[in-house]
Parts: sequence; structure tokens; C-alpha cells
Amino acid sequence: MTTSFWLTLGLFFAVLALVSWALALYLRAVLDPNGKTWLDPVFGPLERWTYRLCGIDSRKEEDWKGYFASLLVFNVVGLLLTYLILRIQQWLPLNPKGFGPVSPDLAFNTAVSFTTNTNWQNYPGESTVSSFSQMAGLAVHNFTSAATGIAIASAFVRALARAGVKTIGNFWVDLVRTTYYLLLPLSFGLAVVLLSQGVPQNFSPYARAQLVEPVVITGADGKERRMETQEIVQGPIASQEAIKQLGTNGGGYTNANSAHPFENSTPLSNLLEILAVLCIPGALALYLGRVVGRQAHGWAVWGVMALLLFGGILVCWHAEAGGNPLLVEQGLSSVEGNREGKEARFGTLDSALFAVATTATSCGAVNSLHDSYMPLGGLVPLFNMELGEVAFGGVGSGLYGMLLFVVLGVFLFGLMIGRTPEYLGKKIGASEVKMAALSILVLNLSILGMSAWAIASPWGLAGIANPGPHGLSEILYAFSSTTANNGSSFAGLSGNTPWYNTTLGIAMLAGRYLMIAPVLGLAGLLAAQKTAAATQAAFPVSGILFVVLLLATVFIVGALNFFPVLALGPILEHFLLQAGQTF
Amino acid sequence: MKEFWSRLRVALLLTALLVVVLGGLYPLAVYWTGRLLFPFQANGSLVRAPDGTLLGSALLGQNFRGPQYFHPRPSAAGEAGYDATASGGRNLGPTSKKLVDAVARSAADYRKENLLSPDQKIPADAVTASASGLDPHISLANALLQLPRVARERKMRPEELREILARYTSKPWLGLLGEPVVNVAMVDWALDGKLGGR
Repeated sequence: MTTSFWLTLGLFFAVLALVSWALALYLRAVLDPNGKTWLDPVFGPLERWTYRLCGIDSRKEEDWKGYFASLLVFNVVGLLLTYLILRIQQWLPLNPKGFGPVSPDLAFNTAVSFTTNTNWQNYPGESTVSSFSQMAGLAVHNFTSAATGIAIASAFVRALARAGVKTIGNFWVDLVRTTYYLLLPLSFGLAVVLLSQGVPQNFSPYARAQLVEPVVITGADGKERRMETQEIVQGPIASQEAIKQLGTNGGGYTNANSAHPFENSTPLSNLLEILAVLCIPGALALYLGRVVGRQAHGWAVWGVMALLLFGGILVCWHAEAGGNPLLVEQGLSSVEGNREGKEARFGTLDSALFAVATTATSCGAVNSLHDSYMPLGGLVPLFNMELGEVAFGGVGSGLYGMLLFVVLGVFLFGLMIGRTPEYLGKKIGASEVKMAALSILVLNLSILGMSAWAIASPWGLAGIANPGPHGLSEILYAFSSTTANNGSSFAGLSGNTPWYNTTLGIAMLAGRYLMIAPVLGLAGLLAAQKTAAATQAAFPVSGILFVVLLLATVFIVGALNFFPVLALGPILEHFLLQAGQTF
Repeated sequence: MKEFWSRLRVALLLTALLVVVLGGLYPLAVYWTGRLLFPFQANGSLVRAPDGTLLGSALLGQNFRGPQYFHPRPSAAGEAGYDATASGGRNLGPTSKKLVDAVARSAADYRKENLLSPDQKIPADAVTASASGLDPHISLANALLQLPRVARERKMRPEELREILARYTSKPWLGLLGEPVVNVAMVDWALDGKLGGR
């Protein structure tokens, strides 16, 4: 068991390093407005035609405010469009099951959710949303919200590499190039591989199978009903599945998400879906190193991310592999680990791997039910999100989130040992630190403030499915997930109520845009600074010392903010479970 | 203000264009590729009996309950379980009394059905619900505990059954990823002679 564990992890991190390295090379060409890629013959004409049709001047750059304004306008348009599509889907084509309009609060929640790259799902996909809504309303956001994140990261990196300049790039160009040259080809490739594993792609009506052995069920009214058929979901699943993972979106076609055999059919598709989530964020870390001309720095940041991910996998797997002692008492074998809410084809290790990867990034797809994880197994996803999702993180958001910690860390430890707080030749002064601290505060305020509001309100408590400390974990998980734009959930929580739809929607908006604004502001400040020649007195940004200090910064900030509430939720539940307490 | 309108114009045009490219052309390109390369998978891996009746999908479980069948895992999808339009799990937490009670009930049933001794350990997958509620697989250990019952009911030799189980067992990928699991739906269809051949 342990040999295969270490072999699997070794293989996993080796492949991830290789893919990150190769993709980082490619990203340099994609994120440079004049870069040349080998896909130019295909997408070059489309790119130029797009600029002409939309009236985009690709040579014009903007300062951070202009960049942010374009981003905001684009996102608001997308949000309103999706809201509209969901509200009028009954009159639109490709609605084979004849679904009616989505309720206003749920449509608001869903539109915000997909625009902010969260993909929190308060609706069961296969019984609420038409194929057209999936394709035009939701899948498009999977691309654009991901491209938005990558655009911000690329603007930030550009700012670091610049000196004495006001502008940080052109949002439209970053968006279009990321979409065409990066996301579209990768998604197409992944979709075809997923197809080979069994993920469907069609436009057929749901199929009706005859059950060999009809099932008789007694309804709530006491009447017996005979079920003779099984209705099988159909639709363009593979295409959506691919971008859902690559764009760290996580919004599934079906309610069960990547646990559904139609979304994730085999252990191989499972591995590919995990790697797809991590590859772009991993590549962006190395891209940073290349652009600023210090590859060792890129690898150091990558290393910190990998260590955080590795630690999470270790803890989560260890908690799950032991099984649930309360169930082992009922005569269950403990060798298979905690199997409630997990698929047989994945087992414990592949489920834990997915759970940690999906929350260390901002993906939020799930291949098992986090709500049914052991208390400490479920703590890992929760804590991952509360750290701000920086263990590779979301596409773009992972890198800029981590760079906030770098700025903070350089400042803290630089002052401590009496060195000039300097990062890549840029002075880290009061304004820079304020911007970084502001972003991190927004995260804490939204998670803790909103959770506190919910547990103090009848509407909040009404949603809890599992009483006791686990109920607190459910609410905390919901606001952590939405604020961090993750989208996974302790799904027992009944979140599809007007109150939850609205508050979770607000958390998603706050976690996205109140975070992006200071990040871009910081980018503006850094771009405008002159770069000082690297001095001996500057703080090192690679090597073991840097890795340890950056890890410490991430950990101390996260632990200080969230340890008290985690002690009342998962940690308390862990000890009560060991004592044999149920709720 | 002029800048705002120009931004809005770009945003509207670009959104419209991207809806066509990403929401239309991209899924269509995948659709055509699927039809060409993997038509069976693209259509949901649907399995038909020799007479053309649709049995189900090779990837989705069905709720076989009779003693002559191998049984799948407990399912929380829909009222009767294995409702493929209502995928999902129980979402019960690890300290949930409901979970412990449900598992205890399933374990008692499982022992009774398969005539197991009270100290026989039950494979965890046999009495816990999957995440999708549509899990087509059970562990090999689970299948082997059910085998004597199915052999008895069908008056078949255990070796014969073992052969059929082996045919629908998937091994871990590269010996590392996933676990050896048996596709229950395929086995049960095969036992009923619905898959042709046998």
C-alpha cells in the first residue's frame, strides 16, 4: 500500500514538473502580444479578425485602472448575459427535456458563480439546465473567467519585469490570446482523450433503458410505483469537462460532478483531470521566473506550491486511509479506508489526490463527497481554500495570490533581519504592502464575517444537513469555497435558498473583484518603479531560505486567521469521533 | 464616459463572438471528432441486447436486487437508487448517526443475504454509498463474498462465475491508479445472457 502510494506520488509530481516546464516555454509566446507560436497558422487569422471585428487596437496598452475597467465591463456583460440565458432558457433551442426558467436568485448565484471562476453549483445540472444554457451560458464562462485570471497574472508579471512605465498591458489582447492559443487547443486535446475514456459528447435526447429487473418503490403517499426504465443523461459533456478542469472552473455537467462516470470514467481520466487542473498554474510559476530572468526564482515559487500540495495530500490521505472507526465497529473492513461518498474505481488514494488538488487550486470539481470525508480529511480542502488557494492555485489567481504572500514575506523577513525590503529590484514600501494586505484581508473578512452571519441566523442554520461541529464545517466550507472562488462544497448543506443564493453570490463577487483591484493596483505601483540594481543587501528570492520563509508566511497568515474556527469545526469533530460520539 | 462606451462596445462584440466560437464551434469540433474516432463512447457507451433493447450504459450502475444477481453498492441517486437523472450521494458526515445506522442496517442485510458469519469483515464499499449514486463497480472482495449466493441461485459452478467476473474486472492502470473493480451491471447482464454469445 505505501509503496504504491509513494510510486504514485513520485510519478505524479514528476509529470507535473515536466508539463509545467514545457507549458511555461509556450506561455512566453502566448502572453507576449507579439509572440510567435506554432499555432499561428490556425489562430493567427482568427486573432486578427477578432481584433478587427471588435475594434480592438492591439498595440495600445493601458494603465492599471484602464486594464481593470476593461476587465470589469467584460465580466459584467458576461454575467448579465448568463443570467438572461438562464431566465429564458425555455424559449431557447437545445432544451430536450423542456426545462423551465431558473429562479431569479438561483440564476443570479449561477451567473456570478461562473463569471467569477467559482462554479459553485446550487443546481443539479442534469435536471435544471438545458444543453443550450450549458454551452452558451456556462461553458463560455469556463474559458473567459479562466482567461481573465491568466490575463491578470500576466499583467502582474509584466509589471515586475518593467521599470518606470505606467502601463501594464492590454486586457483584450491578453484575454483573446490566452483563449485562442492556450485554452482552446488544450481543451480540445483533453476533450478527445476524455472521449476515448468514455466521456460522452453528443446532442441526443436522454436515452431510456429497459431495466432487466424493475424496481418497486413505495412513495411518500404509501402508494407503490414500478420503475421499469433508467433514463440516461446525454449531451456535450466531454467538451465542457475539459475546460472545466483546465480553467480550474469545476462546474460539472451533472450534479455528481467528476464523480459521475460520464464525467470521469476511468482511473486514467481521473489522473488527467487532476493534472489538467494543476498544469497551467504550475506553468505560470515557471513563466514568472523566465520573464523576470531568474529561473531559480520561478522554481522556488513552484517548489513552495508543490510542498503545500504534497503536505495536504499526505494529511488527507492518511486521514482517509484509516477508515471510519465508527463504521469499523459495525463489522466493516478497515483496509479500504473511508469509502462513504467515494467511487469504487478511484479508491481512497485517487479520491484524496483529487480532493486536495481541486481545493489547492480554485477548481472545485469533486470526484468524491468532501462532506463525507473524515474530519481531518475534510479539514485539508477547507484549509487549502482558506490559505487563498496558492498551492498552484487557480489559473492566474494562484500566481498572483502567491505573489501577494511573496511581497508580504519579503517585507516581514527583510525588516526582521535588517535588509531592505526589495523584490526583484523593486522597493517594497508602505503602499505596496498595504495593497497586498488589503487583498488578504478581503479574503478573511468575507469568509469569517459571512460564516458568522450565517451561523447566527435562522436561514443559515436551516441549511445544515449534519448537526454538531460538522454543521459549522458545512457553513464555513461554503463561504470559504465561494470567497476563494473554488466551488466545491460540503454538499449536504442546502444552499439553494434565496438567502444562501444571495449571500454566497456576494461572497463570490467580493472574493474575486475586491481581490483583483488591489492586485492590479500593486501591479501598477511596481511597473512605475525604477528597478534598482540588485545589491548584496537585497533579500534572496531563491534557495532554501526563501522557500522556507515563503512557506512560513503562507502558513502563519492562514493559521492565525482560521485556527480558532477550525478548532470548533473539524478539529473538535475529530476528537469527538475518536471518543465515539455521533450526532 | 466616452471610454466607457468604447469598452462596452468591445465587451459586447467580443462576448457575442466568443459565444459562437467557444459555445458553438468548440463543442461541435469535439462532437465531430468523437463521432469519427470514438462513436461508442461519444454516445454514452450504450449497451444493447441482441434484440436491440437498450439495457443501459456500460459506465452506469443499475439497482439489481434479486438473489440471482450480484448487487451494486447502496445508492442515494433518486428515490429508488441508480436514477441517472439525479446523480449524487448521501452527503452524510463522518459523525452522522444517520450514516452509522444506515451502514449498520446494510451490513446486517448483507450478512443475511450472503449467509456470512457475524465476525466476517464486510468490504467497506458493499455498505457505503458512492459519490455519484451511479457507481457501476464493486470491489473484487465484495463480488467474491456474493459469489456463493449467485452460484446457488443459478445452479452454476463457482469457477464459471469466477470466469465471468474476471471478464468484467478492471485492473489498476499501470498497477498504480485505481483499484481492481468488477462492473456489476455488465456481469448481471452477461449472467442473463443479454450480451449475446454466452
